[in-house]
Amino acid sequence: MDCYTANWNPLGEEAFYRKFELYTMEWSLKEDLRDCLVAAAPYGGPIALLKNNARKEKSPSARPLLEIYSASGLLLASIPWKSGQLVQLGWTASEDLLCIQEDGTVLIYNLFCEFKRHFSMGNEVLQNHVLEAKVFHTEYGTGVAILTGAHRFSLTTNIDDLKLRRMPEVPGLQKPPSCWAVLSQDRVTIILLAVGQDLYLLDNTSCSVVTPPGMSPSAGAYLQMAVSFNYRCLALFTDTGYIWMGLATLKEKLCEFNSSIRSPPKQMVWCMRPRSRQRAVVVAWDRQLMVVGNSTECIQYKRLTIEVLLDRLVLRRLYPLAIRICEYLRLSEIQGVSRILAHWACYKVQQKDKSDEEVAHAINQKLGDTPGISYSEIAARAYDCGRTELAIKLLEYEPRSGEQVPLLLKMKRSKLALSKAIESGDTDLVYTVVLHLKNELNRGTFFMTLQNQPVALSLYRQFCKHQERETLKDLYNQDDNHQELGNFHVHSSYSEKRIEGRVGALQNALDEYYKAKNEFAAKATEDQIKLLRLQRHLQEDFDKPYLDLSLHDTVSNLILDGHHKRAEQLYREFKIPDKRYWWLKISALANRGDWEEMEKFSKSKKSPIGYLPFVEISVKHHNRYEAKKYAPRVTPEQRVKAFVLVGDLDQAADAAIEHKNETEMNFVLSKCTASTDAAVAEKLNRARAQLLKK
Amino acid sequence: MAFAGRRDVPEPPDFGILKRLARDQLIYLLEQQHEVDKLYKVESRPALSTSDQFCFLVRPRIKTMRYIADIVNADKMSGRSRKYKIIFSPQKFYACEMVLEEEGVFGDVTCDEWSFYLLPLDEDIISMELPEFFRDYFLEGDHRWINSVARALQLLNSLYGPFGKTYGIGRCAKMSYELWQELEEESEGDGQGRKPEIGNVFLMDRDTDYVTALCSQVVYEGLVDDTFRIKCGSVDFGPDVTSSDKSIKVLLNAQDKVFSQIRNEHFSSVFGFLSQKSRNLQAQYDRRRSMDIKQMKNFVSQELKGLKQEHRLLSLHIGACESIMKKKTKQDFQEMIKAEHSLLEGFDIRESTSFIEEHIDRQVSPIESLRLMCLLSLTENGLIPKDYRSLKTQYLQSYGPEHLLTFHNLKCIGLLTEQSAGETLTAVESKVSKLVTDRAAGKITDAFNSLARKSNFRAISKKLGLIPRVDGEYDLKMPRDMAYVFSGAYVPLSCKIIEQVLERRGWLGLEEIVRLLNGNEFFVSDSTVEDNPAWESQRVILAVFLGGCTFSEIAALRFLGKERGCKFIFLTTAITNSARMMEAMIEAKA
Repeated sequence: MDCYTANWNPLGEEAFYRKFELYTMEWSLKEDLRDCLVAAAPYGGPIALLKNNARKEKSPSARPLLEIYSASGLLLASIPWKSGQLVQLGWTASEDLLCIQEDGTVLIYNLFCEFKRHFSMGNEVLQNHVLEAKVFHTEYGTGVAILTGAHRFSLTTNIDDLKLRRMPEVPGLQKPPSCWAVLSQDRVTIILLAVGQDLYLLDNTSCSVVTPPGMSPSAGAYLQMAVSFNYRCLALFTDTGYIWMGLATLKEKLCEFNSSIRSPPKQMVWCMRPRSRQRAVVVAWDRQLMVVGNSTECIQYKRLTIEVLLDRLVLRRLYPLAIRICEYLRLSEIQGVSRILAHWACYKVQQKDKSDEEVAHAINQKLGDTPGISYSEIAARAYDCGRTELAIKLLEYEPRSGEQVPLLLKMKRSKLALSKAIESGDTDLVYTVVLHLKNELNRGTFFMTLQNQPVALSLYRQFCKHQERETLKDLYNQDDNHQELGNFHVHSSYSEKRIEGRVGALQNALDEYYKAKNEFAAKATEDQIKLLRLQRHLQEDFDKPYLDLSLHDTVSNLILDGHHKRAEQLYREFKIPDKRYWWLKISALANRGDWEEMEKFSKSKKSPIGYLPFVEISVKHHNRYEAKKYAPRVTPEQRVKAFVLVGDLDQAADAAIEHKNETEMNFVLSKCTASTDAAVAEKLNRARAQLLKK
Repeated sequence: MAFAGRRDVPEPPDFGILKRLARDQLIYLLEQQHEVDKLYKVESRPALSTSDQFCFLVRPRIKTMRYIADIVNADKMSGRSRKYKIIFSPQKFYACEMVLEEEGVFGDVTCDEWSFYLLPLDEDIISMELPEFFRDYFLEGDHRWINSVARALQLLNSLYGPFGKTYGIGRCAKMSYELWQELEEESEGDGQGRKPEIGNVFLMDRDTDYVTALCSQVVYEGLVDDTFRIKCGSVDFGPDVTSSDKSIKVLLNAQDKVFSQIRNEHFSSVFGFLSQKSRNLQAQYDRRRSMDIKQMKNFVSQELKGLKQEHRLLSLHIGACESIMKKKTKQDFQEMIKAEHSLLEGFDIRESTSFIEEHIDRQVSPIESLRLMCLLSLTENGLIPKDYRSLKTQYLQSYGPEHLLTFHNLKCIGLLTEQSAGETLTAVESKVSKLVTDRAAGKITDAFNSLARKSNFRAISKKLGLIPRVDGEYDLKMPRDMAYVFSGAYVPLSCKIIEQVLERRGWLGLEEIVRLLNGNEFFVSDSTVEDNPAWESQRVILAVFLGGCTFSEIAALRFLGKERGCKFIFLTTAITNSARMMEAMIEAKA
């Protein structure tokens, strides 16, 4: 019979513990881990190991060796370390290995020891060297914090969007702090460090001394600190063996404990089992392990999602297994299989031993037109590996022409890119290519290319209209578009300050309009030149602004100012139609209140607009006396209206009765008021009755 | 009120979600991402502020980029350092970045996008607020906004489920539809499987029907737009309306209980309605006199607020009506409407031409004169050469020579053309329309945008019966067809096409009309959407206007919806009217 509790040992009064081996490490390490730089990735990820790092003599045989193992100790890859002296290893959230060198250079490798890229932590670090380094993870990504030889901190919160921050100085810091940690609070990354009995908090701008709440005053100097994975909890260990546990905000103490062990622990870490409500700190010395804990609530973080799991399989190139899992979990194609196939294809294009045809074919065979597959991404990877031909072959499988464009541009196949961009119907993309071509090609070739692509040409014209007016002219010149050239010059005449310049521009427009056989525009431009010159004279003669007025307004202003002769001259010179001239003149005269001149004008010859306008305009200026003069001259059809306008209802009634027109009679009747126009109304009613009788 | 109207008109989908989406996005962008604390309007003058950070929320236009570049460069000259952020809406264009680079400020600014496509103006109107669409696409042949239209459709599709049937006419409609389909394929359709709320979509290019958009509006909402300019669903009523010394901004939508009852009405019946309404209101106030204390208490706590609100709105709309009456009941307006009707009906053309000429000679209004010229050209398939020359000459003399360029634009877009002698134009036209069937070739033909298309208005009007036969007076209070929106003189062409196609469930039998409209019609039925006539969604139609639609068209289709027991939702690139269209064509000085 099994005894389930047999291997559980009591721990204190209420708790029990047991020890058992999860699995055996497969590796056969000869070296002591103590002599190696070690880094294990979070969530049971890979383990990186750098051997022989400490040896200073760098004979080729004794070069350090970088090895990467799976969590169970299977060797994944290894390379001899040929770069500079390493201080620290660490893993990013996406399982890239960060190797931090003494000079502040950080080299990035994937988990197969393949070099990806590098970056530097800045000049200050380069000069003073890295004393200690820490790799940390926040919601922004993976960060690196450095303590330099000058006892200053530098850090970056996200190595994929590198922004270096040099933290403020800690006053009076002459030796390295006994311990330090990176905290992330309210999306700000800060550093907590201990010097003797003091704790300092470093943020972007300042350095402040802090005291944890409920800290025993006789606790002594800090030796070690530990922050929980989610940055919520903090544990501090002092040289009296005292352990303080609380929130990392330093606002609350969770518990304290006296271990009575005064030597510094080798390691101190937070430990939270996923489903337990307990959090605890595990402290380890050479031969002793201590678990300190309390039982307050604990929030569970579930960070390792299915996507991350799949990513991890893909990183390990276990494509079939990943696909099997997707199928089992019934993930959508885009989320699952397509993504994995795309990763596989990106790996495939790196296989240099196969011909371009073979690789392209193999990829297409497997991927077909699976939704969510981007052939252009795979092609881009091929191009990155120096396989341009393969990239072009792969692009041909890309159904969305727009997606092909960026890579085609990168590969300098600009003309092809232009046709693809146009095919995609995405104007912005066309713009991108056009402006790219503009810089790449010489002007002649550029224009020629555009000539064959009307859509691109019209877009470029749009751009030029606002940004490069002169180029616009060249474009029109190139295809002998005289009409547009004419328009161009007219347009530029507006921005000319001096009248000579304006006339010059219009003269150019005139020439072009003639070439374009646009007689109308030519005539209009000619008139405009003539008008401009005339306006200048008027301006000089009368010291009043005439420029920029329309012909109508020019003549109108002349009459308003009483220059009737000059107005007459313009009327003849520009062949202003009689009707317009009469309208214009009587309204200007009325505005001027020159009723005498108006009467004279009305008698100068037979009015082409009749005499009703005379009545209307006089009434509009509240001059009934003048209006009455013209009413009898109005044509019989309009006479009723004219008499009503001047308020002579009696005559209006007579006219209406004379016309035998019932509508007119009703109209006049509607204007009659009972008290004053009774006689007129009676007359009208009688006439109307008679009319209806017939 | 006046509408007999069926009672089973379906409910429109709820746009609340769209509104929230837009608002939350913007607030997030401005406050969370960019820490904006004060908002200013971008105007064509230098920004004065002591703030050390500027954040611009702008349309992606080259002109605006130069404005921003000028500000940055001016700051640099005076040794001021600030942070500059540009938020492009609805998207960032490469050309804009290019301009920033050429102006030497690309390194000084950071860019962001606010992919805002749809603004619900009312419970049945969504606007993309892209007034520039009209000029950019139809005049300049610039396709940039087609992408935005496709994305707007995609968004609606994902929010309100798949559309069952898509109808359309016009090249832009076709391209937008195709691009949208590509987007759907790429995204594997979020809206799939969702219960459809909108069963039909009708896409229409503005150039299918310019005539309607150029007519004087006489339904109340249209008149308010023509007279006071409605912006983003609200209007500024000036002192002449409010009869005080200040202007009042009024939201015009279905929430306004007074407005919602008169918006679709012919103006002639609005005044009567309003005075009746105010009498009723007075009567409700008067009830107080016979109330005891308890009733009075009830009245004050429950009804008074509503009555006061109604009273306020009522007096505003009465004020607006009076102001409109002052402008529109003048002899001039009556004569203009008469001339317009003659143009639409196609008689007394000489008289109308003289009317237009006089209108120009008397400098009545540059925009109105231009509108009448275009209306003449559109209804007559171009002006006869003599009139074409003389009207333009008169116009230049009246309103200034710079309009030479305006006329060029109007000719390019086909709004003001010369009647062609013989078959020359038609020959090129048929060549072009052959090419259009091929999509890639369709794009080539855009370079030929300048090929003014014939409007064929007269022939279309005859075939579709757009001019109602008048037997007796047209009762504008009890309209019998959509013509009531133009005083019974004309059924708007755009709305008639939609009516015909929906009735026939396709273009079958409309071949001749389609040919006269220059083709590019299409009809696609989504086989994955179940065709269940019992579903409410089958009776909801999304009418998409590319290049803008007018309130008259909206009123006409609302009327049609009530008649037929269906509901129209409007998606437009912008609300437009004749003045906005003409202004878009005017070539500004410098």
